[in-house]
Order: sequence, then C-alpha cells, then structure tokens
Amino acid sequence: MIKHAIKDTPSSIPTLPQPRRRWSWDKASAILVLAPSLVALGIFVYGFIFWNGYISLTNWNSYIPNFSYAGLANYLAVFRTFRFQSDIRNIIVFTTLFILGCLSLGLFLAVLIDQKIRFESLFRSIFIFPMAISFVATGVIWAWVLNPQPNAGVNLILRALGDKHPPTWFLSPLIIPSLGWGQIKVGIPLALVAVAIAAVWQMSGFAMAIYLAGLRAVPEEIKEAARIDGAGSWRLFWSVIYPQLASSTVTAVIILTAASLKVFGLVYAMTGPGQDFSTDMPTLNMFDTTFQGSQFAQGAAIATILFLLMAAFSVPYLISVLRRENREEEM
Amino acid sequence: MALRRLNRSILYLVLTVFAILYLMPVYLVVTTSLKAGAALHLSQMWDLPTHWSTSSLVSAWQKLGPNFLNSVYLAVPATVISSLIGAVNGYSLAKWKFRGANVVFFIILMGMFIPYQAVLIPVLRVLDAMGLYGTIPGLILVNVVYGIPITTLIFRNFYAAIPAEMIEAAQIDGAGYWGIFRRIILPLSAAGFVVAGIWQFTQIWNNFLFAVAITVPPHQPVTVAVVNIAGSQTIQWNVQMASALMASIPTLVVYIFLGKYFVRGLLAGSVKG
Repeated sequence: MIKHAIKDTPSSIPTLPQPRRRWSWDKASAILVLAPSLVALGIFVYGFIFWNGYISLTNWNSYIPNFSYAGLANYLAVFRTFRFQSDIRNIIVFTTLFILGCLSLGLFLAVLIDQKIRFESLFRSIFIFPMAISFVATGVIWAWVLNPQPNAGVNLILRALGDKHPPTWFLSPLIIPSLGWGQIKVGIPLALVAVAIAAVWQMSGFAMAIYLAGLRAVPEEIKEAARIDGAGSWRLFWSVIYPQLASSTVTAVIILTAASLKVFGLVYAMTGPGQDFSTDMPTLNMFDTTFQGSQFAQGAAIATILFLLMAAFSVPYLISVLRRENREEEM
Repeated sequence: MALRRLNRSILYLVLTVFAILYLMPVYLVVTTSLKAGAALHLSQMWDLPTHWSTSSLVSAWQKLGPNFLNSVYLAVPATVISSLIGAVNGYSLAKWKFRGANVVFFIILMGMFIPYQAVLIPVLRVLDAMGLYGTIPGLILVNVVYGIPITTLIFRNFYAAIPAEMIEAAQIDGAGYWGIFRRIILPLSAAGFVVAGIWQFTQIWNNFLFAVAITVPPHQPVTVAVVNIAGSQTIQWNVQMASALMASIPTLVVYIFLGKYFVRGLLAGSVKG
C-alpha cells in the first residue's frame, strides 16, 4: 500500500486527477513478445488436445483416415478391453507405490542430510544423480540389476542372505491378492513392484530436494521455542517441523503423480506390457493401439482419458499456486 | 556427549548405506561394460572384471555412435532456442505486469502438465504436412514448443528476484522494453541461462516418446538406440550396459559439474513461486 501511495504522489500534484496510464509501448512490447509462444502453445497444446479429442469421437480405426462420427463408441470399446482394465489397475498400483516410496525415502534422507553433516553436498549429489539419467537407461540398467534368473543380480544377494526362492522380479506373473473382478485380477502385480523400485531410485532424489528446501525454510525460532518448551527431537519433528512441510508434500505429490501418469520410457525399456499386461500402462497402450494397431480413434480415446486424469489434479493445483502468489504480492 | 557421538556415527552409517544402495546400479553398469562378452557369467556379475576390456564399449559405440551425434544435433539447438524464448517470455511476465499476465502465465504453464500422448497424433500429422516427419528438425521444433512452459517458468521466477527499483531507474533514464532487457536484465541472466539450459538439455537428451514417435532411422536419437539394443535378443548384456552408460554420460557430466544449477531447475520446475 505504502509503496503505491508514494509512486502515485507525482501524478496527484496537478489539480485534476489524471487517469492512470493503462497502456504503454513497453507493455505492448511485452505482450507482442509473448504472442508467438501463445500462438505456438495455442496450437500445439490446446488445439492439438481438441483435435485429439475430436479424433477419439470418429471411426478412424484403420490406416485410412475416416472422420465419420462414432460418438463414445471408442471409449466404450477401450474400457471393455482386458488391456485397458489392466492399465487402470496398474496405474493405480504403480502411482501409489511410486509416490509412497519417493515421499518416505525422500523425507527420510532429507531429514538425515539436514543434521548439519559433513560431506552434505556429496550425499545430496548421490541421491539426486539418477534424475539426470534417462528413464530409458534406467529401465535397461534395472532390468540387469533385478535380473530374473535365480543366480544373478540382486537375487544372488538374496540367496546369500538365505532366500531360497528369490523373486523373478519384472517377469513375475503373480498378482497379490488375486481378486477376480470383471476380466482382470485385482491386486498388486509383482512385476510392477520391480518397475516401481527402479522409478523410486530415479525420482526419490526429487522428493528429497523438495523436502530439504522445505526443512531449510522452517524458521529457527519455531524450533527453538519448541525445544525450550521441552519437546524431544521426535516430538519436535512430528508436531512442529512436519506440519510446516505440508506444502512441500503437496508439491511433491503433484509432480510425482504427473510423472507417474506419464511414465513410458521406463516401462517400454524394462518390461514392455508384460505377461498378461501385468506391467502395461495407458501410455504404452495408447502408443501400441495407435502406431502398431493403427486404431487411431481408440488410441486418441486413451490419450484423452490420460489428459483428463492429468488435468483433474493439475488445473486446481496451478490455480491455487497462482492465487497464493497473487495474495503474497498484494501484501 | 558419548551418546551424541554414537548418534552421529549411526547417522553417517545410515547415509553411507543408502549412498551405496543408490550407487549399486552404477557399479554394475560400469563393471559389466568393462567385461568382455566371453567373460560374462551371470553368477559372477557382481565381481570386478578379471580382464579389463574395452571391447563392449567399442562395440556399443559402433552401434549407437551415429545416434549419439543425432542427439547432439537435437539437444544443442533445441536447448538454446527454448532457453532464449523462455528468457524473453519470463522477462515480459515478471517485469511488465500487464492486465491478464497471470492468465497468460497459467495458459503457458498448463503445457507442462499434459501427457504428450494427448497431442501425439496431431503432432505427427502436422509434422508430416510440413515435411518434417522423421527428421531431427521436426524433433527440434516439437521439443522447443513443449519446452516453452518450463523455460518461461524458470526465467519468470529468476527475473522476479531482480528489484523493481532497477527497472524503474532505467525507465526514468528513458530506457524502454528492449533497452532494459539489454542493459539490465541480460547481464544478470547468466545463472538463469545455466539453470534453464541444463534442465532443457537433460530433458531433451533423455526424451524418448517424441524421439521414438517422430524420427525414423537413421535420424533416431540415442535413447531410441539404447532401447533397440536392449530389445535385441542377440546383443549381450555387456554391450547393453555399455550403451546405457554412453547414452547417460553427457547428462551425467553436466550434472557432476553443474549439479547445483540442476537442482535449482528441479525446484523451479515444481512451480513454487
């Protein structure tokens, strides 16, 4: 408020109040500079999403384009397939394992690193470096680490530790618990756990970085006050520090959910759709349906479902972030 | 005091154990890459090579060397162009708060959250119509356009930290939009370009979906080559690991030398103002 008042003083000296200048060449330049990006994104993001949505309502399910209207037939057809039903189960299981893994490991490591340790930057770098590698390389590498042979990879270690029947990791056909529901079996496909381990290895450093930034932003006075009140370190963390990390958790969950819904290269390189589609994902299904099966309209329908899932949580999140920013500016 | 020292020891022990776990795949990749095909036994995959050999690396390079160069031709121009666009966009949004600036920012940011499958069929049709399907320029175009949201976000947040007083002082001196950009903003932008550049380079180098959908041999980037090599039944593990290692080296080198800026990009990408 005060800043505005000072700035407005010169223009309030003349007897008649002048209208605030709303337009200037400089602001026009700013808008002109943004225009090409807005046009490009208007076409490549918004236009293409609509176009894709339109394709999903047509009969274009062969190599030759056919834009006759099909209504929701493609969506119904997709939902009836064994493959897409498996995808729904898999994406829920994978997202849950992935987010829980990243958040718990990320928070744990961030708290350890925040203890004013020596070699802090070395440890931090080690936990974050997998993020610099491609998902594809991660998939290839972890297929080797989690080699399904009983006498290879991590299984050698498990056997040395006394596990006589080590898992077959990403090749496992098991689904636990295997509850029949429609065509598919509901449960956690073990093969998917192997993929989730690789994904957590790659992305937990991100959660750690977010939590570390959050921990560093907790005011020292709050911690001091709690200590004076006699809070032990366990109590101090869960009652005082952890609530301060709520916004870090929200941010991490949003970004990780987006990453999880988008996961493609990792699965493609590590397992592919898997036995009975036990590691399949909507992204892979869309790709195969469209480019291997030439069922463009059905592929577009899967893509639209993916987009709607993503928009359902990213739009409210972005709006809330921008609102909060606005409030902070006005203060 | 003794208890504290014990606690500290446990702390370092736990951190070291986790560091070893995180580095374990690196150990396996590097040692496997340095074994010759004949020396590869699954049951000895954790052992160090008895005879160090570069034959796997040589063989992997013969297979993916051209793809590696494709990735360079792709990632370098796409990184430079999208960073420059992000810089002017970020400057406009951070320093010239016109009406509706937030709406514009929201419209741009949404582009970060779309699953690219949702635009893939139209992208391929448009690139085909433009004669760019299957080519690296086509892939550059796509990576630049879909990179605009994140680079704009990084630069907007970066420029928000430049005091408004500096802009106002330059305005009083008669500088306009471009004058302020050249004289004040650009000289302060080095770190912003490093953050945005590293982030974009890593994302574009590592991208697989657009690469596999848009390009055809011999224009495919290195990520596609890695998958092709891994998917081949006839190529042995040591060559697969060597190719995964080579494909990861450029981004890893960038990370090792400029990790601080990589983390800044990471945090900026999480849309916290």
